[in-house]
Amino acid sequence: MPWLKFMAATRSRSGFNMNEIANYIAVDTIEEAAETLAAGPVTVLAGGTDLMLQTEAGTRSYAATLMNIRRVAELRGVGLEDGSLTIGALTTVSDLLADPIIGAHCPILAETADQFASPQIRNMASIGGNICNASPAGDLLVPLIALGAEVALVSKADGALHSRRMPVEEFVIGPGASKLGDTEILTFVHIPSQDGAAGAFRKFGPRPALEIAIAAVAVTGRIEDGKFAHMRVAFGAVAPTPVRGRAVEAALEDKPATDETINAALAATDADISPIDDVRASAWYRRHLIRTLTQEILADVFRA
Amino acid sequence: MSSELEISFILNGQARSLIVAPSAVALSVLRDDFDLTAAKKACGEGECGACTIIVDGASVCSCILYAADLDGRNVQTVEGLDAGDTLDPVQAAFIETGAVQCGYCTPGMVMQIKHLLAENPDPDEAAIRRGLEGNICRCTGYSKIIDAVKSAAITMRAG
Ligand SMILES: Cc1cc2nc3c(=O)[nH]c(=O)nc-3n(C[C@H](O)[C@H](O)[C@H](O)COP(=O)(O)OP(=O)(O)OC[C@H]3O[C@@H](n4cnc5c(N)ncnc54)[C@H](O)[C@@H]3O)c2cc1C
Ligand code: FES
Ligand code: FES
Repeated sequence: MPWLKFMAATRSRSGFNMNEIANYIAVDTIEEAAETLAAGPVTVLAGGTDLMLQTEAGTRSYAATLMNIRRVAELRGVGLEDGSLTIGALTTVSDLLADPIIGAHCPILAETADQFASPQIRNMASIGGNICNASPAGDLLVPLIALGAEVALVSKADGALHSRRMPVEEFVIGPGASKLGDTEILTFVHIPSQDGAAGAFRKFGPRPALEIAIAAVAVTGRIEDGKFAHMRVAFGAVAPTPVRGRAVEAALEDKPATDETINAALAATDADISPIDDVRASAWYRRHLIRTLTQEILADVFRA
Repeated sequence: MSSELEISFILNGQARSLIVAPSAVALSVLRDDFDLTAAKKACGEGECGACTIIVDGASVCSCILYAADLDGRNVQTVEGLDAGDTLDPVQAAFIETGAVQCGYCTPGMVMQIKHLLAENPDPDEAAIRRGLEGNICRCTGYSKIIDAVKSAAITMRAG
């Protein structure tokens, strides 16, 4: 009776023996998520594109409870208030690419989303997962640092929800490491008003799609009275975390938008980054790429 | 102690339920429990698109999707595309243009093309190439596959 196996309560043939998860819970609200975390230890599942690969490869093991947050409706979507954006942690990379608010107020995020993985991965991957995974090459982290974005982290203790905010730049502290507490969930990403600033993101890998960046650059700011103003710069894949380009910012800020200024800014990139040699690229090549991508953005986008 | 959970979802138009381990992979469940073997495991890492299925209207790599996440969703695989003797326009276009060589990438290609044409019914060649950037054909039959997308798009727009 082949149809019998499709009746309710049939057990799957796969996956049970490797399963060290004692509890699985799919939560519906932020509060429920925070309560589950408080009762911890918990592994949080969003899109699963990092988690599945890391657990299958054995580089990461599950906590006793696997908590799926994908059904927390309040965590998906983009809001706009007085020019500031609030992006739910579960907003997918595809959402960022298509969202009209992002397109109008923060196009650099759409531009980054467009260079992210492939359509299928963009449909699965969440912004919160990209931030919490804290990869040195995490694409979204780079523009988020340049934009001055902050994350909201929520936990529950003594019967009340607690929320704290911190810049993305401070949140990521090392490869795969962040300031996320064991009982915290990342709920929202806040992006301050960009006031019409221009911006661009460029990443480089051997092929255009499905590539982990070997160098990435994001720049935001504008040209006022012929001078670079409000410049913010961030680099990816050239340090233990994506980093702010403070030396480059200083070389640009309030200086005339000339080749001379751009050349000084390019010379300053070395001070901001600490790339390593690895299987994907040498440190020398990464330094070269950072200069090239920065030059492209400053010359093509800001002076075009 | 290990847990299990019951998932219920719509699979190619029919209600299904199954008890799975929380860490079970959607692709294995489709292939091993539901005998839907169109979606293939090739890389198992989200890189090649051979395992592409459509969940709630979005194409995803089922090899890195948690089966637990299928709960409550509407899932489509190639097996659900044809209506009896009538092939889906994308399937028909693959035959007409000769877009199949060994066929290993084909089910994933077809599902990704369904997603692409649902989002953009009239893609130009650049949009087709971008739309298929997550699908690898080891036989490298890309030109014919792109022809198939163009042909399917015309058929589907005609109605
Ligand atoms: C084929 C492939 C290509 C890829 N290409 C790219 C690329 O081009 N650029 C790039 O940057 N990345 C890429 N990635 C990596 C990955 O897709 C991204 O990092 C993605 O954004 C992760 O999101 P997710 O929702 O899938 O996270 P998950 O895998 O669900 O979670 C990632 C981590 O964050 C934690 N977490 C998730 N959400 C929260 C939350 N709200 N609160 C607290 N903790 C949370 C999880 O516990 C886990 O540790 C790729 C991955 C694959 C498989
Ligand atoms: S098998 Fe899933 S993407 Fe390759
Ligand atoms: S037809 Fe053989 S892999 Fe594409």
